Amino acid sequence: MGVIVVKDLGKSFGKGPSRKGALKSVSFEITEGSMTALIGPDGAGKTTLLRLLAGILRPDSGTMRVLGHPLPAEALQLQTKIGYMPQRFGLYENLTVEENLTLFADLHHIPESMRRTRFDELLTMTALGPFRTRRAGRLSGGMKQKLGLACTLIHPPKLLLLDEASVGVDPISRRELWTIIRQQVAAQQVTVLLSTAYMDEAERCDHVLLLHEGEILAQGSPSQLIAPMAGHCFLLPNISTAPRTLQSQLARLPGVVDTAIQGDSLRIITEGVEPPALPPELSVHGPSKPVAARLEDAFVNLLFHRNSHRSVPQPMNPQTGSHDALVVEVEGLCRYFGDFAAVNHVSFSVRKGEIFGLLGANGAGKSTTFRMLCGLLPASSGTLRVAGANLRTGKAAARTRIGYVSQKFSLYGALSVLQNLSFFASVYGLQDSRKQDRIAWALEDLELKDYIAINAADLPLGYKQRLALACALMHEPSILFLDEPTSGVDPLARREFWARLNALAHSGTTCLVTTHFMEEAEYCDRLVLMSLGQVLAEGSPRAIKDRVRTANHPNPSMEDAFIALIEEHERVSRRAS
Amino acid sequence: MNWMRVKGLMRKEVYEIVRDPSSIAIAFFLPLVLLLIFGYGVSLDARSVPVAVVVDHSTSLTASFLAELEHSPWFHPLHYPDQPSAEQAMMRGRVLAILWLRSDFTHLALSSGEAPIHLTLNGVDANQARIIQNYVNGSWQTWLQQQAALQGRPLTIPVVIDMRVWFNPALTSRDYLIPGLIAIIMTLIGALLTALVVAREWERGTMEGIMVTPVAKTEVLFGKLVPYFIMGMGGMMMSTVMAVFLFHVPLRGSLAILVGTAALFLLTALGMGLAISVLARSQFVAAMVAIVTTFLPAFILSGFLFDIRSMPRAIQVLTHIVAARYFVAMLQTSFLAGDLPSVILPNLCGLAILCIVFLGLSVLRFRKRLD
Repeated sequence: MGVIVVKDLGKSFGKGPSRKGALKSVSFEITEGSMTALIGPDGAGKTTLLRLLAGILRPDSGTMRVLGHPLPAEALQLQTKIGYMPQRFGLYENLTVEENLTLFADLHHIPESMRRTRFDELLTMTALGPFRTRRAGRLSGGMKQKLGLACTLIHPPKLLLLDEASVGVDPISRRELWTIIRQQVAAQQVTVLLSTAYMDEAERCDHVLLLHEGEILAQGSPSQLIAPMAGHCFLLPNISTAPRTLQSQLARLPGVVDTAIQGDSLRIITEGVEPPALPPELSVHGPSKPVAARLEDAFVNLLFHRNSHRSVPQPMNPQTGSHDALVVEVEGLCRYFGDFAAVNHVSFSVRKGEIFGLLGANGAGKSTTFRMLCGLLPASSGTLRVAGANLRTGKAAARTRIGYVSQKFSLYGALSVLQNLSFFASVYGLQDSRKQDRIAWALEDLELKDYIAINAADLPLGYKQRLALACALMHEPSILFLDEPTSGVDPLARREFWARLNALAHSGTTCLVTTHFMEEAEYCDRLVLMSLGQVLAEGSPRAIKDRVRTANHPNPSMEDAFIALIEEHERVSRRAS
Repeated sequence: MNWMRVKGLMRKEVYEIVRDPSSIAIAFFLPLVLLLIFGYGVSLDARSVPVAVVVDHSTSLTASFLAELEHSPWFHPLHYPDQPSAEQAMMRGRVLAILWLRSDFTHLALSSGEAPIHLTLNGVDANQARIIQNYVNGSWQTWLQQQAALQGRPLTIPVVIDMRVWFNPALTSRDYLIPGLIAIIMTLIGALLTALVVAREWERGTMEGIMVTPVAKTEVLFGKLVPYFIMGMGGMMMSTVMAVFLFHVPLRGSLAILVGTAALFLLTALGMGLAISVLARSQFVAAMVAIVTTFLPAFILSGFLFDIRSMPRAIQVLTHIVAARYFVAMLQTSFLAGDLPSVILPNLCGLAILCIVFLGLSVLRFRKRLD
């Protein structure tokens, strides 16, 4: 019998007309000792499902048995046997690492005699041993996640439920988290159900559940899910110039489901099994080779057939002007919070019309750098020039030329799409015909027409992102700042977003983007890799990967590069000290 | 209830309180500020009231009456040449009353012995106007008696009030404000702070982590109740010590009864705080609800500042669900009158009922679930 048996599970939130179904008739089974990945876009119902299984939500309909306990009747008995790690694991930030562990040991009633060995074991496993007496609030994002995992593992659970445990964590911590989870599965026969936004993590599991709008779209082993994609994936190798332009050209070809930049190549998914028919002007890039399908291809394909309507943004009118001019110059930028250096001597420059990425894990200093660039936060030291204006002296002048899309999109939820657009247009001082023109442009180009009267809070995430973009572009800024625009958005919407950005950059708008998805580096012209407030590397994606390319590792990914560069950085700084 | 789990939760709570400056601010700094403001600043007594004095025809008789005013601690007389200029001063808010001794004052006083004085009061603050009126009357009578004694004839006033003030003979409002303030401070710690810290645990996601452990809901509640109970009693002790030793408020009742009633009130306040936190899961909402339903009623409807008996009937009925009402009555009795069973017992009963209601509500409604 399965560890988790779920039948026709349904759960809704809210009251009256705004009541929304988070889960609709979900059924599945999970066998003992297996690892199952729960994937799906934001708002698909992943967190609701995990909370239901942990016994902290009551279902509206359907039955659940977890470890033999019917829920929600026997939630308390179940909770002695499971480990559950919520999305933002609630560590007590004022308590030290050891005090947090002690609290959870107390709550799980672990006898004093067993604690020492268990603590030592967990602290060794998570490499948190040296930080025993440090407060949880002063740990890095990756360390916090590892401590959270240690707290859920304190009483060896039979079932481990993890809600996006590795999202936003730096690649090294992500690797360590996975090692710990795997050890648990191997050594203690733990059954694991985890939700994740990373397809490569899902691919490493025994079983995958694809959730979409509260329904299970597909389930099976990764190989089962990938199987139907065989013969639909092709690689156009060794593109030397402008992969982004090529990508947007290919995306408009008939029969093409999806295109993605993958290293120096373009990955193409087709509807049929024939390779994509390249138009003559593109045939110089040579024929595309069939390649093995991945889980992400299957995911994108399933979602593609689900959403019949999909837009491919058209390039906008190119702006005139030199493309070599430096529009952002940052030199020795520092920002301290107390004695903590959030941004530590960061320097880089951005040319007009570039897509420039700031890559790094949560807490690397990306958002802080951004806020200083937008003039929202004064710098502790260093110089920064944005659009030719020194931000320390001429904030107002620079601000009229920048657009800013903040994390989580600061839209007014109670205003409709049109009201939001109109408000932001007024804020930027647009009047009369210019205002009408820009609103018409936004509704047309960002395809918001069908949603004109809907309140921003009720929009699907992908449309919120578009609306936020439209609001930031109202005054036609020459530089656009986007802070984590793709976090939580499904792969399809992410592709579309990058295509849109591509069109913007093509028309001469400089785009600065932060992201913690390493693979998104490929969409940038140039980028900086950041870690703990410092820049590890600056350059084009290829140049950065070249730094770690070796004979043994001829084709490193951006994640490999990040890990190698961090390790090198640590060696250097250790030698220096 | 499992002792190890409760102990773990309590230890966690203590670390959180000690290391979080905002808890310390609400639990100790805010009460200290309130005590100092009410101890030194706020006073319901009228002292050194600026009074315009207009004397049309100055004689030795008017001078002796004015001397009486000058020596009174209640008045600060300001001389104006005529009535219009005094009225102007009143309009500008420089004086709160005008005392006008008309030109025939001396003549009438000497001939008939009945000389009217003209008193104009600024009635915007009705309470204060009434106090000034009484003070002027008092001064007037004292002066008349002096005059009568001076002239060797008996003062013929048919009824004389022989006044004796009980419990607070010096009539210092501080002596009854400070004990009432203890109720406010304990509401602050018991209801507001507790509602805030539980809401904060929901906001930070720490509660979600705790929920999925085998901890029972009574253990979670107990783990919150005990540390904040101790802290609330600490606040009570601090206020009492300051009241007695710094502000010299007499403590005529027994300490045991004071501590006992305070403990019961604190449990009620904690019950309210926990009940609010069951409903409100964001700090903002929790703070709003706690201030509107516990803190403000404790200030306004408890009899701490305003006498309940002079409130409209409907409001008087409403005050029965304000826990602070019972506690304020017992506090003022304990400090100023001593242990009076006739006051303590009924109030204790009222408080006990509310205590059971609120604590029961929070235990019943608290769920180890998110929905």
